[in-house]
Amino acid sequence: MAKEKGKNMKNFLKGIIAENPLFVSILGTCPALATTKSLEAAIGMGFLFTIVLICSSILVSLLRKLISEEIRTPAYIVIIATFVTLVKMFANAFLPELYSTLGVFISLIVVNCIVLGRAEAYASKNTVKDSLIDALGMGVGYTLAIMLMAIFREFLGTGGFSFGVIFTFIPEVSWLPLEKFAINIFQMPAGAFIVFGIILAVLAFIKNRKAEKKAALEKLEKQRKAEEAKKAAAAAQAQAVEGGNK
Amino acid sequence: MNIFIAFILAIVSSMLIDNVVLSRFYGICPFLGVSKKVKSSLGMGIAVVFVILMATLICWPLYSFVLVPAGVPFLDTVAYILVIASLVQLVGLFIKKFSPSLYKSLGIYLPLITTNCAVLGVVQSNTDQGMDFLSSLANGIGTSVGFLIIIVVFSCIRVRLETANTPKAFKGLPIALITAALMAIALMGLQGLFGGISL
Repeated sequence: MAKEKGKNMKNFLKGIIAENPLFVSILGTCPALATTKSLEAAIGMGFLFTIVLICSSILVSLLRKLISEEIRTPAYIVIIATFVTLVKMFANAFLPELYSTLGVFISLIVVNCIVLGRAEAYASKNTVKDSLIDALGMGVGYTLAIMLMAIFREFLGTGGFSFGVIFTFIPEVSWLPLEKFAINIFQMPAGAFIVFGIILAVLAFIKNRKAEKKAALEKLEKQRKAEEAKKAAAAAQAQAVEGGNK
Repeated sequence: MNIFIAFILAIVSSMLIDNVVLSRFYGICPFLGVSKKVKSSLGMGIAVVFVILMATLICWPLYSFVLVPAGVPFLDTVAYILVIASLVQLVGLFIKKFSPSLYKSLGIYLPLITTNCAVLGVVQSNTDQGMDFLSSLANGIGTSVGFLIIIVVFSCIRVRLETANTPKAFKGLPIALITAALMAIALMGLQGLFGGISL
């Protein structure tokens, strides 16, 4: 039982860190750049995206024995498009501000490579429960990734954070300590590219350092082993010589 | 004549000023993925121009003359993606039959176009914004040619970047993204070129 739980946890966590769809696999970049102007928009996008991902993963996994190999891509696309339409209508009815902010990018969840990729690579081969956990992990991972981008962009671009503009059901609060020093370009398209590029560079830097450390450790280990082997060989030789003398 | 000028202006504005990749963020995936070589980016760009044009020509009448009269305008996304997916298949078959050499160079990019958000994005925003047929056509032409220009220019820069002496952490994608940011800033200079004429 404990083992089962650990496996599920691992399955969930891999979407957040090891196989993060945005920062590791570089998938779904269009909405990540377009909807990260403000933190609220990013949260809304991540929320709608996760709903679509979970629903389509469950349905694809349920139908995995019925859908034949040849027609699977069109079938998956239609399933995804149906859920996207449902989510779009839901957003239009209950979160109209979010709907108008995200605009055409809600429809574009259909062609987001992550949803189709998970359907093809995971949900079509695994049980409903595993697919659900995988989809949840991927959705949360993607949401956290675009939230990270939005935090940088909104803070640098406007000098603080405002809430309640898009989610109108919470009171409007804004915290703008650095409003005078706002760097407008981070709110513009160019800023999105810069933030994404720098985040990827930092991740690459961390990865490189880890690899270097590992390589250095391995080198040290090798040297130690080589020295030991040398010593052993020398000792053996000395023994042999001694034996010969005797 | 007036309509003609408006048509040309609309094309230029959606091609350069409101560029598809750098200011509307459609089609970033192929923009980053297929831009390592000039030749392959040219192939991808031409294939995208072809598919976007065909998709605009089909989807606008489909929405106005079939979906709206039938009372199901909310099915637009499902209908569009089906049209685009089958269109990509058809274009592939067509090119394979008539020009095998072109198919060889374009073939691998064709399936990728189905998931290129530029195609669905253009078609969807055409009907979402309630454009008429002529402005959707202008939007389609401008967007697709804008995509072609930007991806080719970008790949030319990336070829140079391969040999440039960049910091190790910035090698590959990060420096490419910073380059894209600089290109976006350059295109921002064109804003307001026609005194704020918009589509």
